[in-house]
Amino acid sequence: MAGNELSNLALAIDIEGEQGFRLQLDCELPDTGITAIYGPSGSGKSTLLDCVAGLRRPQPGSRIHFRDESWQAGGQYLPPWERRVGYVFQDGRLFPHLDVRGNLAYALKRAGQAGPSLDTVVELLDLRELLPRATQALSAGQKQRVAIARALLSAPQLLLLDEPLANLDHAAIGELIPCLRRLASELALPMLYVSHDIEEVSQLADHLLLLEHGRATAQGPLLELCSRLDTRLSHEEQAAAIVLATVRQHDPDFGLTELDLEGYTLFVNQLPDSAGRQRRVRIPARDISVCRERPGQSSILNILPVKIAEIEESGAARIMLRLSLGSQHLLARITRKSATELGLSVGDAVFAQIKSAALLMEMAESS
Amino acid sequence: MPLSTAEQDAIYLTIALAGITTVLLLLIGTPLAWWLSRRRGTLPALVESLVAMPLILPPTVLGFYLLLLLAPDTALGQFWQALTGSQLAFSFSALVIGSVIYSLPFVVQPLQSAFQRIPQGLLQAAATLGASPAVQFRSVVVPMCRRSFLAAASLGFAHTVGEFGVVLMIGGNIPGETQVLSIALYDQVESLRFAEAHRLAAGLVMFSLALLFLLYRRGGRDSWRVTS
Repeated sequence: MAGNELSNLALAIDIEGEQGFRLQLDCELPDTGITAIYGPSGSGKSTLLDCVAGLRRPQPGSRIHFRDESWQAGGQYLPPWERRVGYVFQDGRLFPHLDVRGNLAYALKRAGQAGPSLDTVVELLDLRELLPRATQALSAGQKQRVAIARALLSAPQLLLLDEPLANLDHAAIGELIPCLRRLASELALPMLYVSHDIEEVSQLADHLLLLEHGRATAQGPLLELCSRLDTRLSHEEQAAAIVLATVRQHDPDFGLTELDLEGYTLFVNQLPDSAGRQRRVRIPARDISVCRERPGQSSILNILPVKIAEIEESGAARIMLRLSLGSQHLLARITRKSATELGLSVGDAVFAQIKSAALLMEMAESS
Repeated sequence: MPLSTAEQDAIYLTIALAGITTVLLLLIGTPLAWWLSRRRGTLPALVESLVAMPLILPPTVLGFYLLLLLAPDTALGQFWQALTGSQLAFSFSALVIGSVIYSLPFVVQPLQSAFQRIPQGLLQAAATLGASPAVQFRSVVVPMCRRSFLAAASLGFAHTVGEFGVVLMIGGNIPGETQVLSIALYDQVESLRFAEAHRLAAGLVMFSLALLFLLYRRGGRDSWRVTS
């Protein structure tokens, strides 16, 4: 366990679940921004949230500290109704005997101390017109918005979200993601966000905790962790690096936007953003190829000079390259045959060709 | 033909007995039903079986054992004697005790099945919103089970009005003290006063029908539903 200062979220959890499953971890997480807990289903993500909320009680030796509060330590255990957490469940869990307003009032009435006002939350989540509705009459996306609002109104110091977007359609997800980012920054509310969808995580999270088989395998800032070769992320089929780029200008004739990435130019499909805004761009490793010489004439627009920082085998036929570009990194997955034929080794300067299609996965603005 | 004093007493006594019994049944049955709805295992199964016994036992069996239990020479009988100065057996209080036991399943079972339908997830949500277990019960369970409470209370009341065997065994037939409607009716039939018997019998039929009709017309179940 690193450090003794209790200025963040310190977790030392040991809990046994069904069928021999055991969640065992010891880590410190930031108490600001959005921390994603990412892993395959069955890795213990929801169990971890339940322990933080106090809905499940880990072994007596477990410790949960949040800022200067101790939620569990030794034999002492704070029940969920005394912890200042908000919990947004995958299935919403709105009270069926209350309408939307009633659900929100339920939280407001029991908020231990002053939190965001009803008006603020209703405004942030655009709920004005839903207030008199029965919960049964809401769409899946509306239900989750109400569930988020209800959790916020209980004036939490930490918001837990368990795959809140899992049952939603594409449009609803597109609305909620920027909304969650706005909440995190405007309300200065730290969030633990459980997900098994790396794209969702890439758009939302600032920090990432990887869980596998009940163990924490890695954690760190999202951008850094995504471009590392020693985590399971780089071995996933959809492995991708995330970079920060600044909008330079739009080229409406070709329907493209020009981004500045470490002083180089990156073209992506046209964005609505005005110039100067910083964006996250997710570039899948399989969409990058490398060549020794800058290709003279190519249909590929984005060709960046990079340096090979690391090389790692990824299965029998393929290898993964970590490429540095200024202070940022890209990942490229190429065949082992090509790597051998090109004689690639660490430190080599090469050119990365990025298919522009890869940049369709344009991400929400970064905080 | 106006009601005789004995008949009026019997009606009053029956309503008082059923009313007091219903209140006690709700006070005892609610926590019991909650406990049964959240537990699995040998002890809960045993308790559930005991609660359900009056459904299948002849009332006379229950009445017989209660009579032995409440007799003046038992510990309970003597305790009561010391406490109140009067005998427990063949008293109104004995009727209340017998009725509570006899009608318990009619209150516990609808409540238990209603409580079992409350998703645990809603209570967890309430807990994270700051609701302690008592508050969760008051603010989520009770309003969601309102109709089941109404059904439980109605069935408990009606079943107490309708009991005969237990009352006869432990209450005897003391006008103004333990002579309830069903016993008064039995008396009238015994002494071949059929015209009066008809009046009481028909009255009970109408009352029971009206109560059940009101109950079933409102729908037996609680009207909430969870959608996801």
